[in-house]
Amino acid sequence: MNPYVKDFPILDQKVNGRPLVYLDSAASSQKPIQVIEAVESYYKEINANVHRGVHTLAAKATDAYEGAREKVRSFLHAASTKEIIFTRGTTTALNLVALSYARAKLKEGDEIVTTYAEHHSNLIPWQQAAKATGAKLRYLPLEPDGTLDLAKAEEFLTERTKLLAIGHVSNVLGTVHPIRELAALVHAKGGVIVVDAAQSVPHMKVNVQELDCDFLAFSAHKMTGPTGIGVLYGKQELLEEMEPVEFGGEMIDHVDLYDATWKELPWKFEGGTPIIAGAVGLGAAIDYLESIGMDWIQQYDEKLATYAQEQLEQIDGVTIYGPKHRTGVVTFNVEGIHPHDLATVLDSEGIAIRAGHHCAQPLMRQLGVSATARASFYLYNSEEDIERLVKGIQKAKEFFKNVT
Amino acid sequence: MSLDDLYRRVIMDHYQNPRNKGRLEDDAVTVDLNNPTCGDRISLQMRIKDDTIEDVKFLGEGCSISIASASMMTQAIKGLKVEEALSLVHLFSQMVQGEEVDFERFPLEDIEALSGVSKFPARIRCATLAWKAMKEGIQPLVENDS
Repeated sequence: MNPYVKDFPILDQKVNGRPLVYLDSAASSQKPIQVIEAVESYYKEINANVHRGVHTLAAKATDAYEGAREKVRSFLHAASTKEIIFTRGTTTALNLVALSYARAKLKEGDEIVTTYAEHHSNLIPWQQAAKATGAKLRYLPLEPDGTLDLAKAEEFLTERTKLLAIGHVSNVLGTVHPIRELAALVHAKGGVIVVDAAQSVPHMKVNVQELDCDFLAFSAHKMTGPTGIGVLYGKQELLEEMEPVEFGGEMIDHVDLYDATWKELPWKFEGGTPIIAGAVGLGAAIDYLESIGMDWIQQYDEKLATYAQEQLEQIDGVTIYGPKHRTGVVTFNVEGIHPHDLATVLDSEGIAIRAGHHCAQPLMRQLGVSATARASFYLYNSEEDIERLVKGIQKAKEFFKNVT
Repeated sequence: MSLDDLYRRVIMDHYQNPRNKGRLEDDAVTVDLNNPTCGDRISLQMRIKDDTIEDVKFLGEGCSISIASASMMTQAIKGLKVEEALSLVHLFSQMVQGEEVDFERFPLEDIEALSGVSKFPARIRCATLAWKAMKEGIQPLVENDS
């Protein structure tokens, strides 16, 4: 029995008459009672707007909001809370870098480098930045299993490479890219590295100073926190130079009729009333993950993914995509059964998986498929869940054999 | 909900042996549509003369529901007047949303098999993709006439 599953009330239910097996955490994780209660007590006890009020609740809400920022700083081992910007999620964080940093710094002749395996949120902002600035978007070649050869990467990056945008962990293949080494390579050419850490921060220790990344983005909802909040980490000297992209309340210092000045970091990037309860929930999620230990979580998720891979490989007609060593996702297809049809049969058995292109259409084309099935694992899953998945796949094969 | 409601034998037959699969001449009315949430794709072609759909073909990538629905739709509309085909789009949409419809109005009885989709809300969009493509292709013709 998984020791943490009891913390997740949602998992204690039947779906279509069967106990729920939730294997879609790479899309969004479930929330433990500790996070749910933290958000609830924020609204019940201290809700007010932040940074402006003189009254007691406003001070308490501000402390809770800024306290969450400090938790994020410590979790990421960032040097200062000035480097921790709350956003709506990974997508907004990456767009902030693309809209502010990239548009100001890039010009014709410069290069933005990324890979074909990126989530659309780490791809479209760079396509747009390239169009707006005249910079060229180039795709770093990957090995057939989605991993990256550092020697080839070194050759590929040039003095014109001003920005490398790459996912830390692929949401489809589970590949872990060597961020520290890539950061060193791109820094040697004079560029910066932007890391989409949506799939890594929930599953492993991430130390931004050790990685020496310039920007790093992630979402709370994939790490047992609420939806609607995420983080952009950026090196202070880079953030200082950048202009805000949203203007209004909360982010201004002095306002005249025709001009205004901005607050200092990190608030100049946080126009409007923020999602305070979301920040409180993210703080509670960090406390929860740290109480378990990120090392344990990483090992556990990898163990489940490896077990799933071994089990699925034994089923006739199953193709698994990606490298042998992976984090908590397994992407696969079953011969003769479209992933949507597979997902519907599994759902009828109470098993939730993802089917589709996983917001990575260029990668799907590279794999030569239009869609795949994906099972993803987190700290509340168990080997029994994988055994249910295997039985479900066998049932689907049987079902479609008989219906045709 | 039962899987048998969704996956009727006739649906799997259309999935595995899609009718009217292929291409028409280049000047046929052509609509390429995809379902951005799941990656399903269809390229539908219709040869229309004197307000009549003389021939129709499609190429597609997708799940059993989307391919079977496309296959049935092409069979159903071949030979119909464009207004008749348009009214079927509405009827089909009502059917897959679980509303009462007069199945007699479908020129192809197989289509009724797709009514089970209404019990699987996540799959409604799979079933309607080909019909949306057909509507997109003929709507402008009807508007031009009036």
